[in-house]
Amino acid sequence: MANDHDGTNPRAGTTVEKYGEHNQPTAGTAVVSSDSVQNPGFEPFRARVADLDPAVARAQERRVSAWFVLSIIGSVFAIVAYIIFPIDGTPGSIRNNNFFLGIGIALALLAVGFGAVHWSKSLMDGHDLVEQRHGTRGTDATREKAIEVFELGNKESGFGRRTLIRRTLIGALVVSPLPAVVLFRDLAPAENPVPLLKQTMWAKGVRLTRDPSGTPIKASDVTLGSAFHVIPDGLNESEHKLEEKAKAAVLLMRLKPQDLHVSAGREDWNYDGIIAYSKICTHVGCPVALYEQQTHHLLCPCHQSQFDITHEAQVIFGPAKRPLPQLPITVDSEGYLIARSDFTEPVGPSFWERKL
Amino acid sequence: MRNGTKDSMANKPKTSARRDRGRRHPLATVALIMVGLIGTGGAYALFTTSATAETSAAADAQLDDGAKLFAANCATCHGMALQGTTQAPSLIGVGAAAVDFQVGTGRMPLAATGPQAEEKPVQFTEEQVAALAAYVASKGPGPAIPSEEYLQGDGNAAEGAELFRINCAMCHNVAGAGGALTEGKFAPPLGDVTAVHAYEAMITGPQNMPVFNDANISPEDKANIITYLKYLDETPSVGGYGLGDLGPVSEGLFIWIFGLGAIVGITIWLTAKSN
Repeated sequence: MANDHDGTNPRAGTTVEKYGEHNQPTAGTAVVSSDSVQNPGFEPFRARVADLDPAVARAQERRVSAWFVLSIIGSVFAIVAYIIFPIDGTPGSIRNNNFFLGIGIALALLAVGFGAVHWSKSLMDGHDLVEQRHGTRGTDATREKAIEVFELGNKESGFGRRTLIRRTLIGALVVSPLPAVVLFRDLAPAENPVPLLKQTMWAKGVRLTRDPSGTPIKASDVTLGSAFHVIPDGLNESEHKLEEKAKAAVLLMRLKPQDLHVSAGREDWNYDGIIAYSKICTHVGCPVALYEQQTHHLLCPCHQSQFDITHEAQVIFGPAKRPLPQLPITVDSEGYLIARSDFTEPVGPSFWERKL
Repeated sequence: MRNGTKDSMANKPKTSARRDRGRRHPLATVALIMVGLIGTGGAYALFTTSATAETSAAADAQLDDGAKLFAANCATCHGMALQGTTQAPSLIGVGAAAVDFQVGTGRMPLAATGPQAEEKPVQFTEEQVAALAAYVASKGPGPAIPSEEYLQGDGNAAEGAELFRINCAMCHNVAGAGGALTEGKFAPPLGDVTAVHAYEAMITGPQNMPVFNDANISPEDKANIITYLKYLDETPSVGGYGLGDLGPVSEGLFIWIFGLGAIVGITIWLTAKSN
């Protein structure tokens, strides 16, 4: 250890220095390979300019203290900035206050750090040195002493002898985390979540209403090229509004009826070219609402899945696997758009129990 | 009303020429009733619209100008009768608002075909745009240029913001910074859009933007949205420079280049030996 400073120690810089006969490294704490590359040791010591020229050293000293003075200036500036840029409630004043206060504090802390690093690099002792890691195994005497302490403890407390106490203690420790398990389990829906994922608020006769006002939509309101963001009637009054909206959000569009390619069984799902599709992407559930009224493409902003509305929201690009579920709609006697039923398949991304 | 006035004015000389009380033709009574009706109707029309007669003449001149401008600049693609061609859609029924938006923002006349018509310097004077709009509006009813009361930006910005987030933000970005669509199309940033053009875009649905008619978003709510856009324009970002308000893309790029760059630089400086 003594010869570390002059850089002549042939094993300086290696992980394990020297071990006596009884102090070999324990397995797994170091790799000691018999044919390892020879450690070349440190480079020969090279004096810095500041070591050789006292004038340069003085200049460096001034430079280091300049950093510290800059830090003082930063602290003072932060206080001054806090006073001369008060927050008067306008966003502009908040921005100025944060900006100048932050600049001051950042300068105060950074300059101390830069000064300290510059000080150590240019003026402090420049020799390389290695601080050795020691073996982890204790001496035999220490190990014997430890065992002695344990045995004495066992004897005095009777932990090994009084089995009733020992077992009830272990039992108490095992049971103690159970309240946490019960509490965390209760965060999940109490009922089976699968029906919740399969059903939405939509049902036969539920009116389509505008998001966010909840006013019903007449079929005549939906002109060609229109896009309405739709929630089911009664959503705003429902207990779990956001949870229900996350499943029931719908985009309503009107196309020319001859542009729609309606598959068998879905003939009465649109009303005179007015169609409603779930807004929840079948990929990971982002709201798909970037509707292009000329190309009739619907784009998901998260991962660029594209759906072709003229072909029943079939996927034409991107990672989504299934078309968006279509909401069957019609009009009631007053001319308002209503749902014929709930979605005929679960909305949103796949889940474990979903049958594809 | 304008047409009624014209008819009655045209009929006047005729009726006075028939005023010959010397003979009594069997149809004289009918003619007399006709004369009376047309005379009173015409006089009434003249009396009530004499103030608008001049503006009506001016409107006719404007329509004439509009027709000429249309024939010279638009008819190649949209057809002489606005019927549309394979190159461009029909303009019958698009209304003055659509023309004022498309021509008033420089999107039309189209410079070149592409994914979408882009904004460029406006090619016509305000009078010419108004003439074109009046001409196209005269060929079929459509959305009119919105009235000033909805364009002041003095509505409820909070309600406008909620409507903006629901109806507009998915394409135009919650801060109105615009965003990408499919196949090279994009929703433009809304920072420099005038209130009248924003309103017209909502009611006409230019290009791939859906239509938001008055039954969907009422004129008052459109005014609220315009108020929110004005608020966005006038309110500085509390968080400092917005980097285009594009979210994780520009912010991530910035921190990867400048943040990590600074860390790499400091690390090199920390470990380098001093001279």
